[in-house]
Amino acid sequence: MSLLTTKGLTAHYGDFQALFGVDITLNEGETIAIIGANGAGKTTLMRSISGVLQNSPAMITLSGQPIGGLSADEILPLGLAMVPEGRRLFPSLSVEENLLIGTYGRKVDGYWTLEAIYDLFPILAERRTNPGTALSGGQQQMVAIGRALMSNPKVLLCDEISLGLAPVVIKDIYAAVPKIQASGASLILVEQDIGQAMKVADRVYCMMEGRVTLDGAPDSLSRDDIHAAYFGVSA
Amino acid sequence: MIWVDTLVQGILLGGLYALFAAGLSLVFGIMRLVNLAHGDLIVMAAYLILLLVTLLGLSPFVAAAIAAPVMYLIGWGLQKHLLNRTLGTDILPPLLVTFGLSIALQNALLEGFSADSQRLPTGAISTASLDLGVLTVGVLPLLTFGSAVAVIDGLNQLFYRTELGRAFRATSDDPITASLMGIRPGNIFAKATAIAMLVVTLAALYLGMRSNFDPNIGPARLIYAFQAVIIGGLGSLWGTLAGGIIIGLAQTIGAAINPEWQILAGHVAFLVVLLLRPRGLFPRAFD
Repeated sequence: MSLLTTKGLTAHYGDFQALFGVDITLNEGETIAIIGANGAGKTTLMRSISGVLQNSPAMITLSGQPIGGLSADEILPLGLAMVPEGRRLFPSLSVEENLLIGTYGRKVDGYWTLEAIYDLFPILAERRTNPGTALSGGQQQMVAIGRALMSNPKVLLCDEISLGLAPVVIKDIYAAVPKIQASGASLILVEQDIGQAMKVADRVYCMMEGRVTLDGAPDSLSRDDIHAAYFGVSA
Repeated sequence: MIWVDTLVQGILLGGLYALFAAGLSLVFGIMRLVNLAHGDLIVMAAYLILLLVTLLGLSPFVAAAIAAPVMYLIGWGLQKHLLNRTLGTDILPPLLVTFGLSIALQNALLEGFSADSQRLPTGAISTASLDLGVLTVGVLPLLTFGSAVAVIDGLNQLFYRTELGRAFRATSDDPITASLMGIRPGNIFAKATAIAMLVVTLAALYLGMRSNFDPNIGPARLIYAFQAVIIGGLGSLWGTLAGGIIIGLAQTIGAAINPEWQILAGHVAFLVVLLLRPRGLFPRAFD
């Protein structure tokens, strides 16, 4: 059954319309990738789903419940967490505090605990007392992913987790994705790095100028289809 | 020996100023809000304590213990329903609103309690002193200073060792990302102001026991508090204590040279620190 859906989702920044009726479905246990060039509306879509931007209630549903009108702090307890673009660790918190803040004010049961995160990313255990922002980009990304996992979300949104990282580091980060999938979470990966996303995703949505221009299983889409949907011109 | 006495008195007076400033420092550190009504809220708390003392015949300490939760709720409501609406990218609205609040509070207190000077009845404690051989120290100033150290230490523990403290720091760093962690910034800010009002109540207790107060003295307390916060470095609580001590020392040393120089010397010390260390003595590493 579908865990998360957006239906005719629109979003505005002042007078500027960033999304024009986006329909996305995420089924239970599934991983979908959302790809597209800069400015395609991927991050706006993530900000809308996570509640940073608010919409009409019915435009977004989580487990059948309309959440479009809720704020981010109301959505998180319902089981949806986000790894924001640019990692956004809290500079005044240590690595461990950054992870712990993911469970603020709630008792959370589930697979993901501090130990499980350190098991997933052992380097973080060594750096637990360092300020989060003193780490390398890849390690910071691990903290950001761990922080979101700490709430044991049903749905995890990852906004450009490969952005600004060296290819070898991206490989390390993506090595964690199967383990996250195995823990039972459903994932939405937003990527410009199409190759990585296609490898782990069950389905792909391609966005351009605030609209979904293509969707399907990775192996059902040809290079030309993706090229056309991504750039708006055929190869 | 007279100079040792002056220095000790100055340090102890700094404790009172640190108490004035700790709440201001906490609120500024978390939400970058300069509450211009801070001094008037101290005076208001002093009147609340006075009211409880005169109506119920309580000791000021017991009255302050009762006033504290009341002030906590006032602080929570004030932040949640008024000050949160002023926070944003523009720094002007909070200044204007708290300035207006300051005037409104002063006039309400004037209306309710008249312009007469008041003082909390203290009994024997106001004249009690400790003979340390070389010098004699008043029990009340010593108690004030001890309370200031305890408050600053307590706030630091809260800030760096508790879950709420983590949320304070995270929200201060980045409210939007904090909300992605399930934290509601508006509620965190309300809790911070509520806690600041607990400190304000304690400051009011010592203010009212050590000197006379009337509805118009709030702004001057705000200035001492503000100077202590700036000297210490914005957002550093131990810095705020150091700032209070520097103001207190400057004032007593100034007064020892010439009684007319007391207040002026405090302001001069503030200006000198501002000239030499514009970010204060213990600024936060990132800002």
